[in-house]
Amino acid sequence: MSEAVREAPKKERPEFRNIHVTELSNYRMPLAALVSILHRISGFMMFALLPFVLYLLEQSLRSEISFAYYQGIVSYPLVKLIILALVWGYMHHFCAGVRHLVMDAHIGLDKDSARKSSAAVLTVSLVLTAVVALKLFGVF
Amino acid sequence: MANNNIGPKRLVVGAGYGMRDWLAQRVTAIMMVLYTAILLISFLTGQNFTYEGWAGLFAQQWFKLISAVTLFGLFYHAWVGVRDIWMDYVKAVGLRLTLQIATILWLVACAAWSVQILWSV
Repeated sequence: MSEAVREAPKKERPEFRNIHVTELSNYRMPLAALVSILHRISGFMMFALLPFVLYLLEQSLRSEISFAYYQGIVSYPLVKLIILALVWGYMHHFCAGVRHLVMDAHIGLDKDSARKSSAAVLTVSLVLTAVVALKLFGVF
Repeated sequence: MANNNIGPKRLVVGAGYGMRDWLAQRVTAIMMVLYTAILLISFLTGQNFTYEGWAGLFAQQWFKLISAVTLFGLFYHAWVGVRDIWMDYVKAVGLRLTLQIATILWLVACAAWSVQILWSV
């Protein structure tokens, strides 16, 4: 019995080196890697949406009429959800950036604390987004 | 290795090799943290969102100035970050330089536009 167990073929562990994009789907990312790639994605997304945000700022400041017009658009629940997606991207980038600054000061560089701080980044950014969501939907 | 990087074989990265941009990204990040805190707190504690309140905030010179400084910091920060992305993923030098130039033009245009927006209130 014990021999049979010993002789069972070992399942080969996949070995990853400099992985290709196509291999991403069968690579389980550690939490810190997830925070890192989301930091990059959210940053690029905000970069691409800069003209949109500037346009909204311009219209909200232009006149009372255009302000009221955009206030009307923002009152649709679907638009609020889109804004919340942007807010989440911003909050994630914000929290992951603060984590970078802390790590630049050589704090929490070991594997265990890095994992904990990346969990904290994901949690805090979601909580902040939830607070903005409550405000946006008029809870307080 | 160093000898391969001179003349026509010089690496084209569109970046300095030192810490200037690294530091600039951190300094601008701290500016944006402070500005975000101001805006977020005023949003979460505000009750009555009117045009007068919103435009009145942006009508003050000090707010225009810190908004402009923060936005310029944001554009510099975005340049460093987006340039890193091109440097990491785009291997072809010609395409990478094109994307980097496009990024600069895009961000300079955004900077000019944001000045116009801020000083038209």
